[in-house]
Amino acid sequence: MTITESAPAAHVGSRRLRKEDPALLTGEAKFIDDLDLPGAVWVGVVRSTEAHAKIVGIDGSAALAIDGVTEVLSGDDLAPLWGEGALPCAWPVTPDMKNPPHLPVARGTAKYVGDAVAVVLADSRYAAADGAAAVVVDYEPLDAVVEIEDAVADGAALVHPDLESNECYTWGLWGDNAAAVDAAFAEATHVVTERYVQQRLIPAPMEPRGCAAVPSPAGGELTLYSATQIPHILKVMTSVVLGIGENKLRVVAPSVGGGFGCKLNVYAEEILCCALAQQRGAPVRWTESRAEAAVSTIQGRGQVQHIELAADSEGRLQAVRVKLLADMGAYLQLVTPGVPLLGGFLYHGCYHIPNYIFECKAVFTNRVPTDAYRGAGRPEATYAIERAMDSLAVAVGVAPEEIRSRNFIKAEDFPYESPPGLVFDSGDYHAVLDKAVSLANVAGRRAQAAQRRAAGSSKRIGVGFSSYVEMCGLAPSRVLASLAYGAGGWEAATVRISPTCKVQVVTGSTPHGQGHETCWSMIVADKLGIDPDDVEVLHSDTAISPTGLDTYGSRSLSVGGTAVFMATDKVIDKARSIAAHQLEANEDDLEFSGGVFRVRGTPEAEVPLAGVAFAAFTAHDLPDGMEPNLEAHVTYDPPNFTFPNGTHIAVVEVDTDTGNVDLIDYVAVDDCGVQINPLIVEGQVHGGILQGAAQALYEDAVYNSDGQLVTANLADYLVPSAVEAPRYRLENHVSPSPTNPMGVKGVGEAGTIASAPAVMNAVVDALRDLGVSNLEMPASPQTVWKAISQAQGGAS
Amino acid sequence: MIPAAFDYKVAESVEHAISLLTEHGDEAKLLAGGHSLIPMMRFRLATPGVLVDVGRLDDLRYIRRSNGTVAIGALTRHSELEHSAELAQACPMLSSVAALVGDPAVRHRGTLGGTIAHADPASDLPAAVLALGATIVAQGPSGRREIAATDFFTGYFESVLADDEMITEVRVPATGGGWNYQKFNRRAQDWAIVGVAVADGGAGVSLVNMGSTPLRASGVEAALASGASAADAAAVAAEGLEPPTDLNADSDYRSHLAQVLTQRALNAAGVA
Repeated sequence: MTITESAPAAHVGSRRLRKEDPALLTGEAKFIDDLDLPGAVWVGVVRSTEAHAKIVGIDGSAALAIDGVTEVLSGDDLAPLWGEGALPCAWPVTPDMKNPPHLPVARGTAKYVGDAVAVVLADSRYAAADGAAAVVVDYEPLDAVVEIEDAVADGAALVHPDLESNECYTWGLWGDNAAAVDAAFAEATHVVTERYVQQRLIPAPMEPRGCAAVPSPAGGELTLYSATQIPHILKVMTSVVLGIGENKLRVVAPSVGGGFGCKLNVYAEEILCCALAQQRGAPVRWTESRAEAAVSTIQGRGQVQHIELAADSEGRLQAVRVKLLADMGAYLQLVTPGVPLLGGFLYHGCYHIPNYIFECKAVFTNRVPTDAYRGAGRPEATYAIERAMDSLAVAVGVAPEEIRSRNFIKAEDFPYESPPGLVFDSGDYHAVLDKAVSLANVAGRRAQAAQRRAAGSSKRIGVGFSSYVEMCGLAPSRVLASLAYGAGGWEAATVRISPTCKVQVVTGSTPHGQGHETCWSMIVADKLGIDPDDVEVLHSDTAISPTGLDTYGSRSLSVGGTAVFMATDKVIDKARSIAAHQLEANEDDLEFSGGVFRVRGTPEAEVPLAGVAFAAFTAHDLPDGMEPNLEAHVTYDPPNFTFPNGTHIAVVEVDTDTGNVDLIDYVAVDDCGVQINPLIVEGQVHGGILQGAAQALYEDAVYNSDGQLVTANLADYLVPSAVEAPRYRLENHVSPSPTNPMGVKGVGEAGTIASAPAVMNAVVDALRDLGVSNLEMPASPQTVWKAISQAQGGAS
Repeated sequence: MIPAAFDYKVAESVEHAISLLTEHGDEAKLLAGGHSLIPMMRFRLATPGVLVDVGRLDDLRYIRRSNGTVAIGALTRHSELEHSAELAQACPMLSSVAALVGDPAVRHRGTLGGTIAHADPASDLPAAVLALGATIVAQGPSGRREIAATDFFTGYFESVLADDEMITEVRVPATGGGWNYQKFNRRAQDWAIVGVAVADGGAGVSLVNMGSTPLRASGVEAALASGASAADAAAVAAEGLEPPTDLNADSDYRSHLAQVLTQRALNAAGVA
């Protein structure tokens, strides 16, 4: 970085309203299902109603009798479209990982409820739905593996019989440390051993998935529109799977109504629509229904966690040992196998722990594949360590905040090399914890809780802590290489200044609700000394933004935003050369502030950026050899991850008569580094907290023993609404990240990572004196009431 | 989430609606607010061949008090019950229960007649009219008849209403006695896991989602009538019932909730 001078920071740091919102709020924004594609063929997908079954026959005659239905195609009929091509998994985490071929439409055997087994083509969405409902599939049921632990039990049925086991891979971290870890456990005064279950979660963005493939009228070229987080990755993958030249393929993500990771994928329907559109020479489209989404879109979490802590008599941690069983589902989607690894680096939490060992065994089950879901591995890791830390506090006989404080990495130890070898960038975990304790009035809440207990009240108060650190800013490309990930982690940006000094930013980050346009505009406007409304941000279309790696893993600002920042600097550099030429001054004597170049010490010698921009456009008088126009492109590969952190405190009131849990207060102190727009940060934290609290209290993808999803709609799968949201009280601690020039870290997943353990710790805290020491998520009223009854020796 | 094909007819009058029902027999379903029927159609759990839309029969939207009775038109929306000053004065329990149904969108579309005809044991308003001892007025090809709420519900989503009848009016007594409604659910928008309605100082007590129909808690009523305390009466709230088991609650937990909520409702209604 050579340019450090800049305009006064007028916009960065302000609560500027989002420029995206008017179009979204007035219905002007166009989502995938809003596309008007005359003559399009609609796809209806016939989905398996069995968890595991041989497909004996497919009878489409009733469907074909429906007006508007034109064809019924089986997996065998469609096979020539993709030949040997299968849906891609980009993360072969071990060389011997099992990755069974995953066809867009199954042939021979259905492996989960929701697995595509046939396709209906029709002239309307209604006819496609009627047709799909009318296809009769003859199944011969096979034994199904439903729960994770059943997959590794002796004599388990096999999801993929030719693999001879349900094991996908075993991946370990720091395995050569086993002896040291064993020794630490042998010497420990306190040992905590816990088993936690991360239930499967159904992502429920406002907009389900959908896609449309449109061939060019003259043939040869194809545009794929998709409700995706990753148009760039989708383009490369589709090109590879179907053998379409990348120069012949364009991918566009229109307005996308949220993703939470579930649109970070390459799905069967996208490949199917492209292949059919190419073959038929007509647009082919599919829109997912909410009911379909529950069984055909990836699910999140799905782990059984075994965590052990070894501590000395003071509760100082000596070792952590973690063994995971992770549910891949029936097949591997884009990053399915890698999700548990992202957590593997963080099971030691915010604590200095000399010895650490982690092992994950991944298994196949007859359920829809899992994949990244808000936090992807990190919420699971934080949950395990933060729940276990409370157990350790009880064993040692100190308060939860004290056990955390004793073990935190200290502010003076940053940059801190973690046990698995990551370098944590910055933070002050003690200051963050202290701020949270005081904001939540923990002492007052505990007095209230004691008073209620003493009075024999049925309304118990509980206070729960969660301190977290996460890794964001995915990711340094070389680190991804060492983890066997199939791509890099850089991001691209182009900044152009037009003849009239308006600015065009082209970003490779693909927003789907985050507010990139607003934030990128604020960053650029401050650097150039212009109004954010004079900046347009282009994205989400590979024809407009050909280079990018998209949005996931809280990476957009710290990687994509940094690319924009650096591209703006590059443009300023060029503008400075032109300004120096115009002012007949030495470049080094120029200062740039408020959108004006001035010669230091000669106030009247100045030229505004607008003057430079017009001169760059006319090119009438540029320095010798200089290209016209003000434009710069940067591809930024981050040197390190960023490490947002924080402490959250949940306060609950538990009605012991009914088991009902009310979240009566929620305090979050987060360190996401420097904030560009605090309004957007708060929105991310609010939504994130509720999404984690949802796992703690409400959401659970429940399968019965036959592998049927019994929470397949939003009446049974309880996504909480604003009414259930707690009262949020947020504070910040800013320790700028030294990894990037803006000092930003990322905040998209922090709330979700922190809140589930805070809420669960609070519920257990409220009930500990009644004999309840652990509860599984979600802590539904019935679960809580039965736990109390059982602890009290009553009926359950 | 796309319903099966159906025909759609707009009823111009009650008589027209009944003639359409007569013409199409059990193929036809009345559409009022649609907030129960349409979700079932989208899941293809209901596949009526003909929808008879009675939503435009505005002369069935009224709340009229005369003497000791409030007469409510069948197409009166939940939100109208919720916000009616007259109802709040004459029968506050009904307004108060209406305010707890679903979410605002549901309350602005859903109708009193529709929710009663739907006969969902987990719905709030059927149990409320049951506790209140309401009279349900139904009209069919052979004219009108009055049905006591206690005789109306016959089974899971079933009532004494014939295929060619529609509810036109619901009459509830204007009561002065203590009342309360306890609704226990996990999210504000959900159906009750268990609900308890107490009307007229405990003279009418009914239960939501404790069986295949909304139920009068006759054991509780009898205990109170013979002078039992609220606690003792609540203890028999689930006696003799076979409450359903679902994802939110098994039968035992529902029975427990019925007792806890009955006691709370009775206490809040001023029954000691």
